[in-house]
Amino acid sequence: MSGALPADVLVRIADATFGYDAVPVLTDVDLEVRATDFVGVVGPSGSGKTSLLRLLLGTSRPQRGSVERRSGLTVGYVPQLETVNWSFPVTVAECVLMARTGRRLPWPSRSERAAVAKVLDRLGIGALGGRHIRELSGGQQQRMFIARALLREPQLLLMDEPTSGVDVASRHDMLHLLGELNAEGVAIMLTTHDLNGVAAHLPRLVALHKTVIAAGSPREVITPAVLEQTFGAPMEVLEHLGMRIVLDRYDVDQPESESA
Amino acid sequence: MITALLDPFAYSFFVKGVIVATLAGGLCGLIGVYITLRGMSYIGHGLSHAVFGGFAASSIISLNYYIGAGVWGLASALAINRVTRSRRIGADAAIGVITTASFALGVVLLTVFGSKGPSFDAALFGSIIGVESSDVWILAGITAFTMAVVLLNYRALLFATFDPDVADVSGVKVARIDALLMLVLSLAILATLTVIGVTLVAATLVVPAVVARMLTDRFARMLWLSSGIGAACGFVGMNLSYHLDVPSGTTIVLTGAAVFTVVLMVTGGRGLRRTARMDSHAEPIPAPVAVPTR
Repeated sequence: MSGALPADVLVRIADATFGYDAVPVLTDVDLEVRATDFVGVVGPSGSGKTSLLRLLLGTSRPQRGSVERRSGLTVGYVPQLETVNWSFPVTVAECVLMARTGRRLPWPSRSERAAVAKVLDRLGIGALGGRHIRELSGGQQQRMFIARALLREPQLLLMDEPTSGVDVASRHDMLHLLGELNAEGVAIMLTTHDLNGVAAHLPRLVALHKTVIAAGSPREVITPAVLEQTFGAPMEVLEHLGMRIVLDRYDVDQPESESA
Repeated sequence: MITALLDPFAYSFFVKGVIVATLAGGLCGLIGVYITLRGMSYIGHGLSHAVFGGFAASSIISLNYYIGAGVWGLASALAINRVTRSRRIGADAAIGVITTASFALGVVLLTVFGSKGPSFDAALFGSIIGVESSDVWILAGITAFTMAVVLLNYRALLFATFDPDVADVSGVKVARIDALLMLVLSLAILATLTVIGVTLVAATLVVPAVVARMLTDRFARMLWLSSGIGAACGFVGMNLSYHLDVPSGTTIVLTGAAVFTVVLMVTGGRGLRRTARMDSHAEPIPAPVAVPTR
C-alpha cells in the first residue's frame, strides 16, 4: 500500500471516517502529511483534533477509508501535558530514556546516557536530567517530552496542544525550536486552539470540525468564512504587519463589556 | 525474651509459614508498585475475590488448586484488564459485579459441598497452618519468574505504566505487557491466598507500594523499597500471628498499616503529596478551551 505514496508524502489519510461506537468523530477526511510540513490543526474542542493525531499515529483505525504510512516511518508523539501523571516517580532523564525501547536491561548503556544528555542539552534542559518531572515548569515539561520524541530520531513529530499551559515566552521559544527542527528535516504536525499565538505563525494550517474544512496557508485558512464554519461562531479577521489576527465577534460588537 | 521469639522456629510448619509470608510480602510489594501506579488497586482487591470462586470450584471437583484457581484467576484478570483499558463508563461497576459474583459463587459452592482443601476461614483470612513444602517451592518459583519478568521487561513495563498511549506508538507491545502483568498478578494472588487470605491480599499489594512512594521519587528505588517493606511486613506479621494466635493475614496487614502510619508521621504532607493519583483510574483527555485567544 505504502509503495503508492509519492516520495515526499509521509502519511496519507484518504476518505477516512472514524468514531467511537456509533458516534462519528471524523467524517470523510482527506489529508496528506509531507516530509517538509510544519502544519497546525485548528478547531474547537470535540472537533476531532486528537482523533486525527491518533489516526496518523496508528493507535486508532478508520472505520471507513484508509491511512497509509511510508514504510519504516518513525513517528514521535508529544502528549497533552494535562493528561500526564506528574506524580509518577521518574526523573527527567528516566522519562526521556523511555523512548529507547530496544534494550531489555533496566540500566542505560554508555551510548544511551550520552544520547540522553545530548538531546537534553539541545533542548536547553541539560542541567535538569536528575530532577523529578514534577519540578519542571510547563515549558520545560514540554521540552522533556519533545526530547523523548527526538531520541527516537523521528521523521514525523506529532504534538497534541504543545502550547497549552505554557507562558508566552515559553510558547515563543517552543515555536522557534520547532521551526529549527523542521528546517533540519523533521515534519511537524501540532494541534492548537490558539489561533493568534500559534496558528497564525505556522506555514500551513488545517481547519478541522469533524472533517477538513480548509487546508493551506494562514492567509487561506484564517478567513471569517472558514473560521465560522470551523468554530460555529462569527469572527473578525484583521491584518497587522502581514499577519492574520482573529477577533471574537462578541468582543468587537460589545467592546465596553470587556472594559467593564 | 529472645528465646520466646525464637521458639516457634523449632516448628517446621512455622518456618515454612514464615518463608512463604516473607516471599509473598516481597512478591506482592514488587507487583504492587505497577498496580498502584496504574491506579489499579481495585483490581488486586477484585481479583483476589474472583480467584476465590476458582479456589472453591477446584476444591469441589478435587482439581489441583493451582491449576483450577489459576486458570480462573488469569481469565478474570485478562477480562478485568480488557474492561479497564476500554475506558468505558461503568467499567468499575462491571468489574465489581464480575469479581463479587465470583466470590459469592465460591461461598455458595463451599457452603453446599464443603471444602476438600484449606478451610473456609483460612481462605478468607489466611493461616500459617497447612503450608506444605510444595507451597514454598511454588511460591519461590513464582517469585523468581516475576523478578525475571520485571528485570527483562523493565523499560517496557515502566513506559506502559507511565504513558501507555505513547509507549504503544514507540515500539512497546502494550497489550502483551499488560497481559504479562496480569499473569504475574494472578500467580502472586494464587500463591499467597492461603497465607494472607482473600480479603487481605489487596492490602499487601497496596500498602508497601504506597509507603515506598512516600519515601522516594525514583522508580527503581521504589521497586526495591516496596519489595523490602512487603517482605519485612510478611516476616513480622507471621511472627505476630503465632504469638497473638490470630489469622496471619490480619497481622501482616496490620504490620503494614503500622509502617504506613510511622512513615506518614515522619514524611508528613510531602509523602502524601507523592502518592497523588496512585489510586485514580485512567482519566479521559480533558477538552481544550475552544475560544480563540486574542
